[in-house]
Amino acid sequence: MECPAIYVRNLRKSFRKRHGLLRTSQLAALDDVSFEVETGETYGLLGPNGSGKSSLIRILSTLLIADSGEVCLMGHSLPEDQAQVRRIIGRVSVDAAFYKKLSTRENLLYTALLYGQKPADAEKRALEILGRLGLETTKFSTPLEEMSRGMQQKISIARALVIDPPLLLLDEPTTGLDPRSRRDVQSFLEELRSREGTTILLTTHDMTEAERLCARIGFLARGKLVAEGTADELKRQAGTATLDDAFIKLTGEGLLTDEVRPEEAEVLEEV
Amino acid sequence: METTLRQTWAFMFRGYHLTRRYISWVIVFNFYALVTSATVALIGVAAHDYQLTLTLVVGALLWNFLSMLYNEIAMSIAYERWEGTLEYTFMAPVSRLIHLFGISLFSLINSIVQTVIVLVGLMLFTDLNFQGANVVGVLLVLAVSTVAFIGLGLIAAVLPVMSAERGAEATHIFQGSLLLVSGVYYPVEVLPRWLQPLSALSPATYTLTACRKLIGVGKIASRPGHLVGSSLSAVGPELLILAVMGAVMLPLGLWVFGRIEAWAKRRGKLKRTG
Repeated sequence: MECPAIYVRNLRKSFRKRHGLLRTSQLAALDDVSFEVETGETYGLLGPNGSGKSSLIRILSTLLIADSGEVCLMGHSLPEDQAQVRRIIGRVSVDAAFYKKLSTRENLLYTALLYGQKPADAEKRALEILGRLGLETTKFSTPLEEMSRGMQQKISIARALVIDPPLLLLDEPTTGLDPRSRRDVQSFLEELRSREGTTILLTTHDMTEAERLCARIGFLARGKLVAEGTADELKRQAGTATLDDAFIKLTGEGLLTDEVRPEEAEVLEEV
Repeated sequence: METTLRQTWAFMFRGYHLTRRYISWVIVFNFYALVTSATVALIGVAAHDYQLTLTLVVGALLWNFLSMLYNEIAMSIAYERWEGTLEYTFMAPVSRLIHLFGISLFSLINSIVQTVIVLVGLMLFTDLNFQGANVVGVLLVLAVSTVAFIGLGLIAAVLPVMSAERGAEATHIFQGSLLLVSGVYYPVEVLPRWLQPLSALSPATYTLTACRKLIGVGKIASRPGHLVGSSLSAVGPELLILAVMGAVMLPLGLWVFGRIEAWAKRRGKLKRTG
């Protein structure tokens, strides 16, 4: 099947929520979501906590199976072609999950070996990426547990890139970073897109980041994609001066966690 | 082929460096395994009963090897969940067969090393001398039973996929049950009648029975410094049962793992907390 870099059509996913021992209910994490991302494009998904962003990224990462709908990544359908999809995606999640006792080098080489790469080539590439992200090469042998959250997140990005994927799935990659680190990461992503033509799907809470990095943006609220377009188109559509205001007007909610119904946030945060 | 070898090596590489970084814990665990084994063996020494000492030493050594093999494989998924890296391993383009083979291979090497350490340590506490034992036969029985235990470990490894904390707890309950019913330190006949049938389901029961015969435990002619180990033909039934158990449990373990992985992906259970 011919399809863009990312093709998502009528995607639905719900999770069972338990109420006591016997009663359960279904809560929709993704409700009839459709969008496409062209090769080399950076597409932003904006939504509050519990809006379904992470569930969507997990489905695209082959870690979650949708209830229904179509997903096609660079010509490979999910969940059927998950082995092929795994070769073309790199993922960065909001929590930098590593073997914290191992060094940067050991963590990155482990990933490279899992992807069948030659250790020497991977090491060279890892050092180059870390340099471009503004991380000192002396940190290469330091255990992750001795590093700041910002450094760990940069290494998380390096892990996704050391395998040289044509498609990057970034789930809030700059959340919790200091302004300098955030700028380093954003500059690097811009450079990556222009130099290597990497397709990027970025979820974020940061409107400024979305405006800076994303050619198009989708607003996700309560599992639904409620609006889509360039930042200017969205502002025009909402009749507002800023993307923040456009988001509030088009979704009917802000980006803060407490604006999500607590029972929804609880279940969706689990997934 | 080169890719497969590198992917297998990835799990060895990870295991080696984690062992290196957690070396103080590795020393503690080895010390504890040695002390536990020596404590059990010294019961026989205190009773001035060579046959009892030998029974306990063989039980301690084999249980050390088999339980560690099982535990390392069964807990490998739980460790990944605690570190938060499970999702990254599962989204890597490595087949589950290679993934689990890599884990099992490292666990096997780790178990052999720890058992050798315990064996050498036990020599400080008892007059261990395996002259006359059918050592080649023992190694063969261990090789065959290893397959069954890897299968058991894989079946147990799905429990932490289903639930991070409860799954880890359940793997230990299962391991404890194996220790109880397999005749590690006593004949299974001393178990309550209602419990004895369970011993027939444990591969450890046949491994221990076969190894004790091959070493010469329980033979009147066996004396300190001169054991009278049986020939391989004497443990034919046990070897056959272990081979059948391995042939069933290994593919069953892989199949169960695959089914539970698919279930976990539908239910969203692969995240760190589950």
